[in-house]
This record gives sequence, structure tokens and C-alpha cells, in this order.
Amino acid sequence: MADQKIASRTQVNLVGLGKADYRGNPSTLCQGCGHNSISSQIIAACYELDILPEQIVKFSGIGCSSKSPTYFLGRSFGFNGLHGRMPSLATGALFGDHTLRGLAVSGDGDTASIGMGQFKHVLRRNLRLVYIVENNGVYGLTKGQFSATAEVGLYLKGQGSNPYMPVDIAWEALVGNATFVARSFAGDPKQVKELIKAALSHRGIALLDIISPCVTFNNKDTAVHSYAWGKEHEVALHELSYVPPAEEIMVDYEEGEIQEVTMHDGSKVILKKLEHDYDPYNRAEAMRILEEANAKQWLLTGLIYIDPDKPSLLDIYNLTETPLNRLTENRLRPPRESIKQVNDLMF
Amino acid sequence: MSLAQVKDDLKPGLETQPIVNAFSITVGSVNGSGSQTSNLTILRALFKMGIPVSGKNLFPSNIQGLPTWYTIRVNKDGFLARCDESEIVIAMNPATLYKDLHDVQPGGAFFYADDIPLTNKRDDVSIYPMPVKAISRSSSAPTELRDYIANMVYVGVLARMINIDMEKIHLALHFHFKGKTAPIDLNFGVIQKAYDWANENLTKTDPYVVEPMNLTDECILADGNTAAALGSIFGGVQLAAWYPITPASGIAEALIEYMPMFRKDPQEPGKNTFAIVQAEDELAAIGMTIGAGWSGLRAMTSTSGPGLSLMAEYTGLAYFAEIPIVVWDVQRVGPSTGLPTRTAQGDLTFAHFISHGDTQIVILLPGSINECFEFGWKSFDIAERLQTPVFVLSDLDFGMNQWMADKFEYPDTPMERGKVLWEADLERLKGQWARYKDVDGDGVTYRTLPGNRHPNAAYFGRGTGHDENARYSEDNKVWHALLDRLKKKYEKAREFVPAPVIQKEPGAEIGIISFGSTDPAIQEARVELLKKGVKTDFMRVRAMPFCEDVREFIKAHRQNYVIEMNRDGQLHQLISLEYPTEVMKLKSIAYTDGLPLTARFVREAILAEEKI
Ligand SMILES: Cc1ncc(C[n+]2csc(CCOP(=O)(O)OP(=O)(O)O)c2C)c(N)n1
Ligand code: SF4
Ligand SMILES: [Mg+2]
Repeated sequence: MADQKIASRTQVNLVGLGKADYRGNPSTLCQGCGHNSISSQIIAACYELDILPEQIVKFSGIGCSSKSPTYFLGRSFGFNGLHGRMPSLATGALFGDHTLRGLAVSGDGDTASIGMGQFKHVLRRNLRLVYIVENNGVYGLTKGQFSATAEVGLYLKGQGSNPYMPVDIAWEALVGNATFVARSFAGDPKQVKELIKAALSHRGIALLDIISPCVTFNNKDTAVHSYAWGKEHEVALHELSYVPPAEEIMVDYEEGEIQEVTMHDGSKVILKKLEHDYDPYNRAEAMRILEEANAKQWLLTGLIYIDPDKPSLLDIYNLTETPLNRLTENRLRPPRESIKQVNDLMF
Repeated sequence: MSLAQVKDDLKPGLETQPIVNAFSITVGSVNGSGSQTSNLTILRALFKMGIPVSGKNLFPSNIQGLPTWYTIRVNKDGFLARCDESEIVIAMNPATLYKDLHDVQPGGAFFYADDIPLTNKRDDVSIYPMPVKAISRSSSAPTELRDYIANMVYVGVLARMINIDMEKIHLALHFHFKGKTAPIDLNFGVIQKAYDWANENLTKTDPYVVEPMNLTDECILADGNTAAALGSIFGGVQLAAWYPITPASGIAEALIEYMPMFRKDPQEPGKNTFAIVQAEDELAAIGMTIGAGWSGLRAMTSTSGPGLSLMAEYTGLAYFAEIPIVVWDVQRVGPSTGLPTRTAQGDLTFAHFISHGDTQIVILLPGSINECFEFGWKSFDIAERLQTPVFVLSDLDFGMNQWMADKFEYPDTPMERGKVLWEADLERLKGQWARYKDVDGDGVTYRTLPGNRHPNAAYFGRGTGHDENARYSEDNKVWHALLDRLKKKYEKAREFVPAPVIQKEPGAEIGIISFGSTDPAIQEARVELLKKGVKTDFMRVRAMPFCEDVREFIKAHRQNYVIEMNRDGQLHQLISLEYPTEVMKLKSIAYTDGLPLTARFVREAILAEEKI
């Protein structure tokens, strides 16, 4: 379709593509918007993972965040759907070809306000989808109203002070039976990238709640979704690095210093211990630590919970190996003889 | 059995000639008491006797306890519309005993469970008590099944009194219980007991009897929801997403039942070529359908009025982003929750204009059970050919009642998958293509599907303004051209949506126009009108957009009556919009009260309009 930029052949990955092959159109978001830095990490992660862009399908709802899929992976199919209704679109679309991986970007309004229903239900279906919420506590695209993740008492120009309790997206995901729950911060690009890699290796749904400051409407130092607040309050559960399948772990770690999470595809996520002992397989512990983080006003980041082997939605449908969207008439229309059988069934 | 035999068989007391195969039976019972099995058994047995028959369930929106009625019409001439009059009434519900008695036609028969005290009687009808409790108690049925079994008593009594063939009753039970001997024997035992009791104890004094015919040999008995599901299966449906709602649930439930039988892959044994997903609501159901349609699957959802309202925003996206999907709307009575278990045709204008901005949805309007099947597969061909949502509007009367129908026919045209480019096509085009470029001049553009590995295959689907390359655009000329092209596609649809069915009576000046399930009532009314010297032509519209035949039909008649089951005359509105110069020739006869239309209503409405 559109002319593809010729990738720089000086530096290519294992599938022969340069980083440029993973880019999209130039961003039209504000300078400094957290969403842009997340787009960059998506590009970097996919490039480093040697994924063919054709292997990925992008989805989004409506919002500044939801616009961002145009700004990465220009060679991937994508769909920018309706406000709050992206999960159903992704669910239907991914039935088309079970070999594809879904990558979705949503906003806190898109997910936790209008889209709360579909968000919760796509979690319980365990669709194979990387579900990134670019969480800024505000509606960017409609110019600065409160979102459902805004903290009580947040003051916004033209809106007054927020009277309602916030929704905690990671908490909702955990309660909603998500099989991969992480939180990160756009101001911590390395962690964002490693988490995206891990998420892309996950068998089912991977929810990434990424605090992504809106520099235009909600970036006062006192606001919990601001850069300054995040930098000051970030508490990482661990230092995280992703090791692709069949690759050796190169670094030597001290006994007890790391925990290895083996993903369903054989890749590994190495969690290097920081201050706390943390076991991401333990759901009760995950809930406890989120409560503690809340009480102590931490921006808790890292892999909060994982269940790597739970079958995904498509796994339970016993579908043909041939992608459904490549089946032709001879496999879709029952043979002529069967009409008699149908009529016999009708009494 | 010949008529003479029937007559001999009738016990003394009968003074009139027997009336054979032309009457209605109504059963009044309590919702949830299990009478449905009994009613279907009677219906099926009559059908197997070769007699044209229809059954209509008039049930409340309730699981248990409220009154419900089931009407069976037998008619040797094949007129099977609902009729108001019942010659035979069976009363099983104490709460409606006197209403039921009142409703028997003079000269008719009234059966009632004899544990209900009946003090006021009528001397112009034959009254037959039935020892329902005594017979069901004497059966071997476990106590918890007694109430259920009690309903079989009226089957046996009726069978004896109107001469229903017991062998056919056995066949009906065999079918209902899928050949399981225990329930078949239990139920048949009760029916036989009741039959024998009636034989010993009742004297027939009414004239209504059935007699075998051979008019149903080539027919089946099916409901419209099952027909729609089976049609979709032959249409190759791959993803069905749904949310439960009366009267549409039957479509998805029939898919759940029949898909595994007919849609295992012939090449990868045991593997499914389909997926059925119960969504969390109709927003998600249509969202999944659209996602699947976008990725190249034959995708459908099925719903009724309230669900359709929820689908409005997403339908606009599918229309605008040009995604083929099929939506079945099994209409019930609105507005709002309305009468959830009653029938109507009130969604036509809403479905057609659904969603904001300029939208026009292609609509198919099945008018028989066979068309429910046929449009089940055809809708996918039209949707994929046009890359647009196609709505199929059925209704509760079709969807949930058993209809006699011709055998389903295998699709007579191969699948039409529309303009799709795969890797090899893009190779041939040297990667040069644009998702929304009107290459062929018919308004329909080429699409690629996710999973296409060609590096130029991908595009970004969106509900926002876009240019030929699917790139975001707010350009005024681009927008204008896009909406014009969508209109062109809609115009194109006129060529391949089903044309109206037209029936002519030489010399008729009156035209009747309708759609959907009003067909049988209109057919019957036309014959009655003709007997009175009123000739009518009839056009049953089967799709929107209309084709040229519609205008010609209107023009060819002095007066056209548009008959439909809604308040505002929605088909009349749409035809008037389309043919403003013909409006003087159009008159609306619109009526809705939740019940299927009767021939009497149609006949009297036309006679009144014509001042005859
Ligand atoms: C049905 C509907 N209601 C309202 C809107 C208007 N709208 C567009 S984006 C948006 C909020 C987006 O907020 P968020 O998801 O947090 O994204 P952000 O812009 O902050 O990244 C709203 C309310 C819409 N597009 N659709
Ligand atoms: S308004 Fe806020 S969220 Fe939107 S692009 Fe600008 S900074 Fe980002
Ligand atoms: Mg936001």
C-alpha cells in the first residue's frame, strides 16, 4: 500500500528488518506525552523480539492513547474501533487467524469508564492479547475531564475537584481473573519494554497498566499520574529482563537473587530481587501488595501476577490448524447430501 | 378413514354433519406446567396424518404460573394463519376456565379438567370433563412428573374425540424424546389410558373430526429460528456471537445444537470450522461479530429490539468501515421492553436507518420458514459482496412457532466471498493496492485480511474519516467522495437482493403490499375477498433497497394497501420516501396488538377502505 521505507540494511534483526520497519506514521500527540514513549517501546520490543509485523494485529478504542497504534508497526493490520468497545472487536478479529498476536492500546477512560464491562469480560476469556492501558487519570482527547482512575481531590482546570474514588486497573484485572497483570511507568522505558516482550510471549491476556502522563491536562507535580510524582514514588517489585526461547541466560546471578518465570512459549522472564521478596505466581500476595502500595502511596511497578499456562480463548475452541479466515467453501458449506439429514431432523 | 366411517364412528347425539379438517383447537394452561410437549405432540401427530396444520404459542413473559394458550389450526385448504375463533377449547387452567368456555365457537367442544368446578355451563357447546388427576395418578410416573404427565391426558381424550391416529402420536413422542423409550412409554401410557377412558365414557356431540390426507408428505415442521440457524450453517457461518433475548435466543441455541453435527472440518477430522461466543451484552456481541467480519470470517449475531438498540453505534462503524456482517433481528413488541413474548414488525425503520449520520442498511425480509433458511445463507453472500452489514428481520411468530414448510433446499449458488486480496494477488499487483479505492467503479473496493503475510497487505481500519489508503483524513472532498461511494454501493445492492414476490389476479385494481409473517393471513384474505368479488394483486417485499418492481407494482394499481404489524406504518413510510410521486396511491393499514395478523382483519380492513 503506502510506500515502505527501505530499512537500513546496516542494522537488521533476525527476520531481516530494520527498526524503521516497525515504525508507523509520525505521532500527532503532544510533545512529551507519555503515550509517545510507550509507542517507542512497542517498536523497540517488537524489533528486538524479531517478530514479523505481519504477525501482529493492533487494536484500540478512542482517545489520544487509542490513536497511538497509527504511530507504530505500520506494517501490521490494525483497527481503531469504538470508545470502550475495543475488547469485543479484538476478540472477534483474533478468531480469524489463530497464529496472530493481538496488541491493544487503550486509555483509562476507554478501559475503566465507558469500557469497564468489555475490559472485565475480555480478561475472563483469556484472549491472547497484550492489553496496554495508557493511564493518565484524565480524558486527553476531550480536553481534560476526570477519568475513572483520577484520585479523589484531584483538581483540574474547568472541572473542579474530583469527588469520587478511583478505579485501580491492575486490581480490577487481578480480581477479573487476568492471567498476566503488570504495572509500569512511561518514565521507566526499560521496564516498559521488557514487560511488553514478556506480554507478547504470554499465552493469554496480558494486562499492562502503564502510568502515562498527560503533559497537557494532568501533569502537576502533586497529581499521581504526573511524571514528577511517578519518579518520586515508583517502587519496582523487581528488575525485569526478558530472555527469548532457546537463548542462554548470560548473566550470573547470586543464589536466591533471581526468580525465573518460564512463559508458555519457552521464553523466560528473569526477575531480579530488589528490596522485597516477591512471588508473581501468588494471587493473594498480589492483592496484598497492591493494597500496601495503595496505603503507602507507592507507584508499584513490575510483574504483579502471572499464570503462564492457562489455555487461551482460542485454545478451548478446538479450531482447525488452517486459520479460519483461509477456509474455503468446500470446508465451510456442508456437502449436498447433508440437506437430507437436515430435513429428516425437522420431523 | 373415509368420511362415512367417521360418521359411523360418531356416537349418537350428533345431529350435524361432521366438519372435517377445518377448525382450531386452543389449549389454555398454566405457563411452565409442561403443556408445550402435549401441544407439540398433537401438532406433530396431525402433521403426520397429512393434514395442513399450524401451531401458535401465546405465552406470557414468565417462567411459571401465568396463563398461556396454544392454538392449533387444522385446515385442509392449507390456510394456516392465526384465526380468532376456536371450535375446540381445552381448559387446564382454573384461572381462565370461564374465559376459555366463553371463547368456544357456538356448536364447538369444550374439554376441561374435572377437578376444576364448573358451575356455569353453556348449552350451545358440547362439554366434556376429563379425569386428569385420576388418570395421571394411576400412571406409573414418579410424583414429581405427575403434573407434567397430567397434560398428556388431554392428548389422549382429544385423540379419541377427534380421531387423531394413535400411531402418529407415538411417532411424535418418539421424535420429541429423541427415541428414549422410558419417557416415550410413560407418556404414551397416559395418553392411551385417557384415550380408553374417553372411548368408554364420553359421547361425542360436536361435529369436529380429523381425517388423514396426504398434503404434508413433502413438508417439514420447523420454527424460523431453527431455519435461520440451519441456513446460516449452510452459508458457512464461522463466528456467531450473541446475548440471550426472547425471541431470538433460539437462533444461537440451534447453532449450538447443529454446528457440531454439520460443521466439523472435512480435512482436519474433529476440528471446528466455527466458534459460538455468548457475549456479555449486545454491544460486545456485535463488536465480536464486526471484528470477525473484518478478519474475513462469515460472522453473525442475533437479537431482538432491545439488543438492536444497543447495537446502533457499532453498526454505524461496520457500515462506514465497510465490514460484512449479518444481524438477525427477531422482532418482538416494542418500544422498550414492551411485550417480550409477543410478535410485531416494529423495527423496520430503526433497523434501516440505525446509527448516527447518513446510514442505510441493507435489509432482508423473510416471509416464510423456507426464506428464513434461504436468507440464512444468502445474507452472507450479499454482505461479503457489498462489504456492508446485512440485517435480516424475522419476528417472534416465525422464530418461536412451529410452521409447516417445504423441505429446505440446498443453496443453489456457490458462495460469493467478495473482493479479497491474498498474498498471491498482491504479488501480482506488485503490492499496489488501496483499501478504499473504487477500482471497478461499482463502489465496492478490495480488502485484505489480517494474517495476509504480504508486506503491503496491512491497513488500519477505523471509524474516523479516511482516504483511499485508509489513512486518517479530515479533507472535505475526501469525505464527500467517500459518502457518495457508500451510497453507490447501496444502489448497487438493488441488483442482487431478493426481488419481491408478486401474485396477480387478472383485472385487479387493488394492490396489497406487505412483508414478513403477515403472508398467510393475506393469502387467506385474498381468497375470501375474491369470493366477494374483490380482486387483489399482492406484492411481498423481501428486501431493502427496493428494486424497480416495487414502483411498477404501485403504479399498476388504483390503490395500494400497505399492510403491516406496527402502529406507524413503517413499510408505508419507507416506500413513500422512496417513491414520493406515488404516495397518493399508497394507503397504510398498520395494526399491532402483539398477536399475529388474521385473515379476518385484513379482509375487513380492505372492505372498509373500499367501502364495500
Ligand atoms: C460513545 C462515545 N462517547 C464519548 C466519546 C468522546 N470521547 C472521545 S475520547 C474520550 C475519552 C478518552 O479518554 P482516555 O481513554 O483516558 O484516553 P486519553 O485521551 O486520555 O489517552 C471521550 C469521552 C466518544 N468518542 N464516544
Ligand atoms: S492531550 Fe494529553 S494525552 Fe492527549 S496527546 Fe496531549 S499529552 Fe497526550
Ligand atoms: Mg486518559
